[in-house]
Amino acid sequence: MENTTEHFEHRDDAASKLGMWLFLYTELLLFGGLFLVYSIYRFRNAEAFAECGHHLDLMVGTINTIVLLTSSMTVAMSITALQHGKKKQAIRLLIATIVCALIFMVNKYFEWHHKFEMGTYPGSPTFKSLPHGDGLFYLLYFFMTGLHAIHVIVGSIILIFVIVYIKQDKIRPDKFALHENGGLYWHLVDLIWIFLFPLFYLIH
Amino acid sequence: MAEHKHHILSNFTIFKVWLLLVILTGITVSVTHFNLGAFAVGVALLVACVKSTLVLTYFMHLKYDDKILTAFIFIVMLVFTSFIVLTLIDYIYR
Repeated sequence: MENTTEHFEHRDDAASKLGMWLFLYTELLLFGGLFLVYSIYRFRNAEAFAECGHHLDLMVGTINTIVLLTSSMTVAMSITALQHGKKKQAIRLLIATIVCALIFMVNKYFEWHHKFEMGTYPGSPTFKSLPHGDGLFYLLYFFMTGLHAIHVIVGSIILIFVIVYIKQDKIRPDKFALHENGGLYWHLVDLIWIFLFPLFYLIH
Repeated sequence: MAEHKHHILSNFTIFKVWLLLVILTGITVSVTHFNLGAFAVGVALLVACVKSTLVLTYFMHLKYDDKILTAFIFIVMLVFTSFIVLTLIDYIYR
């Protein structure tokens, strides 16, 4: 019975994947709560929210969306590569993912920097003089994209660990639960951005 | 669905999903150039839902995994929609 160990590890993997998913459900509800706050504030300040949406850079938002989608693709491909035994290709694809994360964060930095220069960040004198609805929009914008950016950073750190573990053969074609779970976390980051992008950049 | 055989996504499938996601992004961005008003909100959210379904089904592998994971997604969505609906009802009819 050569399959015995493999079979055992598969069952173990299923449990760890379920655990990862349970965590992801709580993440979805965490952002769900913020989306709820957004819907109510938008409902009560429809005009201000529509107006402020125009002040965000649609170009940067679109580029970041494509960058995140691409990073999701490279993570999925790295999982495929590793499971086919192509260790080096898997690592290269993960590095590509982290490069995408860096591009995303650099874009985010310039976007936020621009907003800081304009003074529309929570707590600034300009911010305090903004109309109520505008203030709520920028508050939610900074909080939600900021929380998302923290997830991008955490996701990159997880993927760096995955690369190291692949190099050390702790993640192998027959033992890849951590790789898949790290990938799941990264896809969650993409999933949340899929909703953040239209809510802040598109709906005017 | 065979429980013991682990399904590996092909690179071509992953690429096709990525291409679809990019096309959908293009659609949702170009729709904003027409002033569709309230309709635009619906289109943007619909496209976002289609995109997230693609990510969940293929990238996050739910199509090939234990169905309990998908079931929980629906429970999470049910909880979320009930909260949204209940809160909005409260604000609309207050």
